[in-house]
This record gives sequence, C-alpha cells and structure tokens, in this order.
Amino acid sequence: MVLEFDGVSLAGAGGQPRLDRVSLAVPAASVTVVAGPSGAGKSTLLRLGNGLELPSAGIVRFRGTDISQMDPLVLRRRVGMIFQKPVPFAGSVQQNLYVAASEATDAELATVLERVGLGESFLERSADELSGGECQRMCLARALLTRPEVLLMDEPTSALDPENRFAIEGLARDLTREGLGVIWVSHDLDQARRVADQIVVLIDGRNANPMEAERYLGQSGTGVEQ
Amino acid sequence: MNSTAIGWAGVVSSTILVAVALGLSFSQRLHLTRSILWSVARAAVQLLLVGFALRLILDSKASVWWAWLWVAIMITFAGVTIRSRAKEVPGILLLGTVSMLSVVVVSLSVIFGFGIFPLEGRTIVPLAGMMIGNSMTACVLVGRRIVGEFSDKRDEVEARLALGLPWSDAARPYVRSALRTALIPQIESTKAVGLIFLPGAMTGLVLAGVDAVDAVTVQLAIMYLILGSVATSVTVIGLGLTRRLFTSDHRLLPVARQPH
Repeated sequence: MVLEFDGVSLAGAGGQPRLDRVSLAVPAASVTVVAGPSGAGKSTLLRLGNGLELPSAGIVRFRGTDISQMDPLVLRRRVGMIFQKPVPFAGSVQQNLYVAASEATDAELATVLERVGLGESFLERSADELSGGECQRMCLARALLTRPEVLLMDEPTSALDPENRFAIEGLARDLTREGLGVIWVSHDLDQARRVADQIVVLIDGRNANPMEAERYLGQSGTGVEQ
Repeated sequence: MNSTAIGWAGVVSSTILVAVALGLSFSQRLHLTRSILWSVARAAVQLLLVGFALRLILDSKASVWWAWLWVAIMITFAGVTIRSRAKEVPGILLLGTVSMLSVVVVSLSVIFGFGIFPLEGRTIVPLAGMMIGNSMTACVLVGRRIVGEFSDKRDEVEARLALGLPWSDAARPYVRSALRTALIPQIESTKAVGLIFLPGAMTGLVLAGVDAVDAVTVQLAIMYLILGSVATSVTVIGLGLTRRLFTSDHRLLPVARQPH
C-alpha cells in the first residue's frame, strides 16, 4: 500500500469529531474514490494525508512509514494535493510551475504541460487569465513537477464543465498507468463509478458500514449528465 | 520666562479655537460638546503631569537612569497600546513590546554611537519617544495585515505548503505585501516633508529661535532615524508573527481577521 489511514480520528470544535477511526488503504497504480455526503470528512481525510493537519488518534502511513516520523517537506513532495477550487498563484503559468520546481528546465515544463493537455504556449500566460479547466490542469501540472507517488484530489472537477471534467478524469486514469496511487474525493456517484478502482464511503466522519455504503451508492449520480 | 515660553496666558488664549469647535458642535447638533471638553481637559492634565515629570528627569543634575526608566515605561505602554489596537493578532503584546525594544536599541545605538546627539536625559527621552510613537502605528498595521492576508489567502498558503515549501517560503509573498503596506505611508510622508507639512521637531526648534537650516539638519536626522525605526519594527513584527502562525512541522495555524 502506498498510503494507509489506520483508525485516524480528528477532534473538531465543540467535542464533535471531524473524523472517527477512519481506515483506508490506497494501492499504487489505482484510483480510490472517497465518496460520501457533504460534511462526511472527505476533505479533512485528504489534509491528513498531506500533513496539512495531524490526526488526534490513529496513524497515517506512507509506504509503511508513520508520516509523523517523516520530514513533512519530503512527505508533501511524495504526496501531492489538488484542491477543489483551483489555486493559481500570482504571475505567469511558468512562475506557478517554478514554485513547485524552481530548477526545472524549459523542456521539463513543456513536457508536464503537454501531459496535462495544455502545451508549451501556456508558459507565458498569466495564471489569473486561465479558464477554470485550464487553471485546474495547471495546478495538476504544478503538483506533478514534485514527482509524487500519490495524488490527493479533492473534488477536482466540481467547478468544471463536463468536457473538462471528463478530461481530468482521463488524466487521473493515465497517471495510475504510470504507477501513481490516486485518492479522488467526490460526491458525484456516476463519476465515482467511472474513475474508481475501489470506492470507500464515509458518513458522519466514519467508515460507512456495508449496508450504509450500499444504500448510499445505490442513489443516482449528481449533476454529471448535463 | 524666555522668548519661547508662552506662559499660562498663551495657553488660555489658544483655547479660543476650542470655543470654535464647541460652537460648531452646538450649531450643527453634533453632540460632541462633552467629548471636546473631556479631550481638552485630559490633554492638559496628561501633558502637565508629563511636563513636571520630565522637568525632574531632564534636570542636568538628575541621573541618566531616570531617563532610561522613562523609556522602559514608554516601551511597556507602547506594547499595551499595540495590543489594544490589534486584538486579533496572536501574541501581539510580547511581539509589540519586543519590537519597540528593538527600535529603541537600534535607533539609539546609531544616534549615540555615531554621536549624532549627546547622550543625555534630555535627548534620550524625546528621541526614544519619537521612534516608538512613529513605529507603533506601523506595527499595528503590519500585524493586522499579516493576519488578514493569511486569513483571506489561506488556500494559497496551504497550496504552497502542499507542494513541499517550508513555511518561510510559503509565507514570503504575503509577508512581503504586508511589510510594503506598513512601510509605504512612512516613505510617502518622508517624501512629502517640507512640501506639504513642516514636521514637529523642526517647527519646535524654529519656534524656539534656532536657525532654520540648523533646525532642518536636526529634522532630517530624525526623519531618517524614524524611517529606519519603522522598518526595524515592522520587520520584527512581520518575521516574529509569521513564525508564530506556523507550526514547526510547517502547518498554518487557524487565523481569523477581525470583522470591520
């Protein structure tokens, strides 16, 4: 397993846990979809995987090593993260990519942009002027420049049109063929079925039991058939 | 009485303009009469107390340590004032106090180390007061701005952290922006000096009968020192506060800007 959450909990404000003993194992070269209703703790779980938050109980392991024993800066370059809302930094696409890899060559930047379907011509474009889909692809390129082994994708297509949605899904599938393990958070069940090798359902901050998971996954998808 | 002392009669005459303010408040029904009277009386009591205390401290026979004690009290009050104006900034009391202490150490080391002014009670207290007074506003500004930046742009800072950047690199663009915001007013006022307003120290010296060019040289030295002091104070607050907002494992702690 490339990434493993072993009984992780996270206390929230007011004593209500945001996560309650959640377990999840992510194999390499596959997409694990974390599904569940809003507020189930899906995004919080991803933040624990990248070390942006620490669990109050339980262990997160990267390739078998407890991540609390790892240098967080090394961990975060091995476990990349894509946020729900694309986050461009001020400046050009090239400057955005340099944030992730300041010593990358022009050829490396061109290659990574091709990989996400943008192309070298985007290098000089201002990141603020990109469309939502282009911006999310740039964020994906930025994350790929750190050469991650796992990619945490937090509803990466929720703000995108169907065309870009399908394109990002295809990119994620392509990445798994190169050996990456992907965790994809989604509450769109049709999308979950399209991209997932395995689906894990969270409800109220905990792993859903088999009946709850079956009931949740039995619902129709949301919004993708536009 | 020497030529520059205006005496009690002068002070009483100057209250004529207070009467204008009171008249305005009455005629326009601004309901500020009590506030104006209270501010006038409070300023008189505060300044008189300060004047008598300064007379004792600045006496040429008094020990210079009284002046240093006065400076220590100023630093403490400045820290408390900064905290009251920037309550949402975590740890601002300690940071503000340390920042004011740094300002005094750096600026007075230059002033007295290079012999710009003689080391005496009558120079220590007003110079330290000017450096602290001018730096305080900038400290409040930079503290509030940093908290605002990290609160509004949390997603950007975390996106940088998620790429494996250390906290110092992830925070740099936002701290830089806050430092610029705090320094620009001081730079602008340094540029405008003489054209738009005549600064206090120079005005005081001219009123005291000092030659205008001599007064200008004193004012220039003071303005440059104030600019340096403001830069020192915002740097101390900027770096200290930023360090405090991140954990040792490079996570951004919760920050919330104060609603306006």
